[in-house]
Amino acid sequence: MVRLQIRESFAEAWSDISLGLKNHHVITVLGMQDILTRYRRSKVGAFWLTIGIATTIATLYIVFGTLFKQNISEFLPYLAIGVILWNFISSAILDGGNSFIVSSDTILQVKMPLFVHVMRVLWSNTIILAHNVVILPLVFLFLLKPLSFVALLAIPGMLIVMLNLSWIMLMLSVICARYRDFSMIVQNVTQVLYFFTPIMWSETLMPERAGILLRINPFYHLVSIVRAPLLGKLPSMLNWEYSLVVLVLGWILATYLFGRFYSKIAYWL
Amino acid sequence: MIGSASISLSDVYIDFPVFNSASMSLKNRILHTASGGMLDKKHTGIVIVRSLQQINIQLKAGERLGIVGHNGSGKTTLLRVISGIYRPVHGTVRVNGNCISLININLGIDPEATGRENVKLRATMMGISPAQIREQMDEIIDFSGLGEFIEMPFRTYSSGMQLRLAFSVSSCISPQILVMDEWLSTGDKDFKARAEQRMNAIVSKTEILVLASHSCELLSRTCNRVIWLDHGKIIMDGPAEDVLAKYFT
Repeated sequence: MVRLQIRESFAEAWSDISLGLKNHHVITVLGMQDILTRYRRSKVGAFWLTIGIATTIATLYIVFGTLFKQNISEFLPYLAIGVILWNFISSAILDGGNSFIVSSDTILQVKMPLFVHVMRVLWSNTIILAHNVVILPLVFLFLLKPLSFVALLAIPGMLIVMLNLSWIMLMLSVICARYRDFSMIVQNVTQVLYFFTPIMWSETLMPERAGILLRINPFYHLVSIVRAPLLGKLPSMLNWEYSLVVLVLGWILATYLFGRFYSKIAYWL
Repeated sequence: MIGSASISLSDVYIDFPVFNSASMSLKNRILHTASGGMLDKKHTGIVIVRSLQQINIQLKAGERLGIVGHNGSGKTTLLRVISGIYRPVHGTVRVNGNCISLININLGIDPEATGRENVKLRATMMGISPAQIREQMDEIIDFSGLGEFIEMPFRTYSSGMQLRLAFSVSSCISPQILVMDEWLSTGDKDFKARAEQRMNAIVSKTEILVLASHSCELLSRTCNRVIWLDHGKIIMDGPAEDVLAKYFT
């Protein structure tokens, strides 16, 4: 009985997800639309965010660079990549949690795979990330820092980050549709993780006994598999393994939850 | 007309959990559980509203079903069940054939976007493929009669023009099953005549039509079967003229 229910939940989730991915044009059109709606009447458009991020990076560099006496050609690229990446991760998680709530009008009007609404949020955040990435070549050029071939490893790294974000967003969107104050919790946790993850501070500063705090934080590993290659270093084996294990377990959990409550989501909106 | 489309609802019940603000809160839920319900003994805040009960409808190709009933009788809910948006808590729903629901023609319209962009958006939401959109774009724009205005933001349109655009996109469909909440017809005299013609053409091509309306004249003109809903129950189901005669007296 229980086993049958579990199997049905997965089947339900997968049929929605695969149908959603098959309609990828809906995802890209709607995701792009979200960006256009937000920035249509401004000349600089989504680059306003990029300006904001650049300011954050500069400020953090001035404060923490001096505080920790960091070397500019090491610390500035480290900080820039970290901040841009974290901005992507945190806004994808925050917006992702609200994806069903924001799209409730559409969900109640037309039959469409629910996964489309989650992916639409990921897509619009990816477009914003593409804007922000422009900062990186400027930083590298400014420091005359060369990119090595290792940097190519950031591409599979980024893919793993996005696949991990997908399950987190899917799971949160189900929970947030039912419990509306859950997004506050998500907001708090994301804020805490920002401090726990080496973004503003370098992981080399972490004394050995605090290392466990670093190692159990999945976001440390996710950030590392993208940031390290761009800085010309190889991510550790642990970084890869941890990210992949979280990816698999997370997807199993998220699809089960999604399938289990699939037919209830429309009623919750 | 011979077609493969069919709709079958058997013994369908729809219950709505109505959450008050307290039950939508996880904090309260935890307090409630942790204190064994002592803190909030009176109510858990979840009220179940039975919105449809014991619904049995079998439709096959060629049937034009009208739905009548007072406000709150469950018409829109029933349309959503047929469209596959709500899944019943009890009973089964089987829908064969591709189904498009036109519940709100303004869905997906972005006022800041141009007319052309809105055509694309709205059409995408209705499940029309990109290739088909490209193919039909000129025809849609032509039909709306907006001319040069199609490149202007939607918000600059007069309300009549806005309706014309929304109608033109919504009517570029050819589903097997069409679910509608009220008839789409709009605009000035000239446009209204064309819109009417277009709607009739679409409806005559669909195999099954489900239409909820308050208009006796419309229902008797379009439907061959009518269901009368009251408090979520079917109280009458039969040939259009019989049910309409009873309902509109």
